[in-house]
Amino acid sequence: MEHLLFHPVGFIAALALIEGNKELSFNPAVLIASLYVFALAAFLGYQVISRVPPLLHTPLMSATNAISGISLIGSIVIAGSHYDQHQMLASILGCAAVTSAMINVTGGFLITDRMLKMFRKKEAVKPEEKK
Amino acid sequence: MSHAQYFLEATYLIASCLFVLGLKGLSHPDTARRGMIMAAAGMAAAVLGTLFHPDIHNYIYIAIGLILGSSIGIPMAMVPMTAMPQRTALSHAFGALAASMVGIAEYVIHGSNLGPVKVGALGLEVMLGSLTVTGSLIAAAKLQELMRGTPIMFKGQQIFNLLLFIVMIGSFITWIVNPAAQMFFYTMVGCAFVFGIMLVIPIGAADMPVVMSLLNSYAGLSSAATGFVLGNNVLIIAGTLDGFSGFILSILMCKAMNRSITNVLFGGFGAPVTAETTVSGSMREVGLDDVAVQLAYANQVVFVPGYGMATAQAQHACRELGNILEERGISVKYAIHPVAGRMPGHMNVLLAEANVPYSSLYEMEQINPEMPATDVAVVIGANDVVNPDARDNPKSLIAGMPIIEVDKAKSVVVLKRGKGKGFSGLENPLFFKPVTGMLYGDAKTSLTNLVQAVQKV
Repeated sequence: MEHLLFHPVGFIAALALIEGNKELSFNPAVLIASLYVFALAAFLGYQVISRVPPLLHTPLMSATNAISGISLIGSIVIAGSHYDQHQMLASILGCAAVTSAMINVTGGFLITDRMLKMFRKKEAVKPEEKK
Repeated sequence: MSHAQYFLEATYLIASCLFVLGLKGLSHPDTARRGMIMAAAGMAAAVLGTLFHPDIHNYIYIAIGLILGSSIGIPMAMVPMTAMPQRTALSHAFGALAASMVGIAEYVIHGSNLGPVKVGALGLEVMLGSLTVTGSLIAAAKLQELMRGTPIMFKGQQIFNLLLFIVMIGSFITWIVNPAAQMFFYTMVGCAFVFGIMLVIPIGAADMPVVMSLLNSYAGLSSAATGFVLGNNVLIIAGTLDGFSGFILSILMCKAMNRSITNVLFGGFGAPVTAETTVSGSMREVGLDDVAVQLAYANQVVFVPGYGMATAQAQHACRELGNILEERGISVKYAIHPVAGRMPGHMNVLLAEANVPYSSLYEMEQINPEMPATDVAVVIGANDVVNPDARDNPKSLIAGMPIIEVDKAKSVVVLKRGKGKGFSGLENPLFFKPVTGMLYGDAKTSLTNLVQAVQKV
């Protein structure tokens, strides 16, 4: 299922999306491309995530939460751009958005790693205890 | 496209691939850590690329945000494992807040020049984001016990919620038709904030695993909607992955309780109910030494932890007892129900923290066939997940919920704080069965005392 992301249709859709970025308003080709990406990511997500065992459901939740902190990149652009009229308000909103997204990214990845470090096989546990 | 933009898009493509590979790593504990390092590297690449975005002229606000965010995020990653559920709920709130702020800022900057499709996506983003912010904050408050965990209901609640929902969707649609009408946009945002509160207050603490998964999903979908607004693929991909992960988890949690999502959200479960079950017989109290002897001469012991283990912080004492039994050559297993605790996988993390190897942690379907061959099943602060009524009594409120069948073991010991009913207010016939012995007291103290008692046997 993973190879779908690299399917020609997905690739062309991605290219169309990059080209369309230049314009402010949506053109239909861009919308369709975005829907392709969304649908493929949904399939991929379903396949990958159904294989995660219940053992790791808590780390899964904090990991996906950290990954969705990707809205950080949208926030960064807003916080750093110049806007003629609404500069101050937009920058403040952007700065607040960068802060909260960054909380998720740093906190989420760190705690996920802290949790995963604790899941050990039997052999690995024993020598630890002799210390 | 400029060179900077090619570089930008390349980092986004790499990040998308690394996120998928990272989540793929989570399919096994051995590959999980490596996977997460890959995902974190993907995030770093995307952020680094974005810093070269041609539109960025001013780095001050970015720097402030990054520093402030890290200095709050890093301490938030150091909380004790028992506080995981509320920490996760809080981070859902932050994620959703970021998404809805980006949406509001986009509207402030571009106003009505966005075009109908982007306006629609932006509305969804801000609406989902805002209701997730307040919903997650309420969930966190309930889990931290700043608010009482029982459902909060009032007269006319359903009608109020329905009206609120209609006003929210109504202003959303009016605003799509006329994006210059700011009033409708801000009405929608306000309604979404209130709606998030209304969504979570009627939900009992025992149903939190479902709500947490659902909020996880909403936070992800609002990030994906941000991707549609900004025309950014990596946002769509990462947001969708998060959205679907939450969605799958909430379905799994509902299945493990044999209830539908609508029932969880609007059922007000855990409110005082007239119990259908009348249980006859009496509870049999057992002494510490009796239990110690039973354990010491058993062939197989199964521990069944529930939320009570988390509140009593008894996971380390539990592992200690398990170790002593293993040294005597007894096979020790830990049986974990999918909805035990307050979030998916809660018990697994606590036991892993106490150094229990993951090969000793068993899922419900794996352990149930082994129950008849088990000499002693030790229930630590769990109630509904071992309630045989779910299986035997079709009239029970939890009828049809899959349970860990401890009553099929040769002997059951229940560690319980007092004689009261469990959270759901349901009578548990397990406690009245002849095989069951009740050991009252704080779970941690009981377990610690058992360790000493077993050593003396």
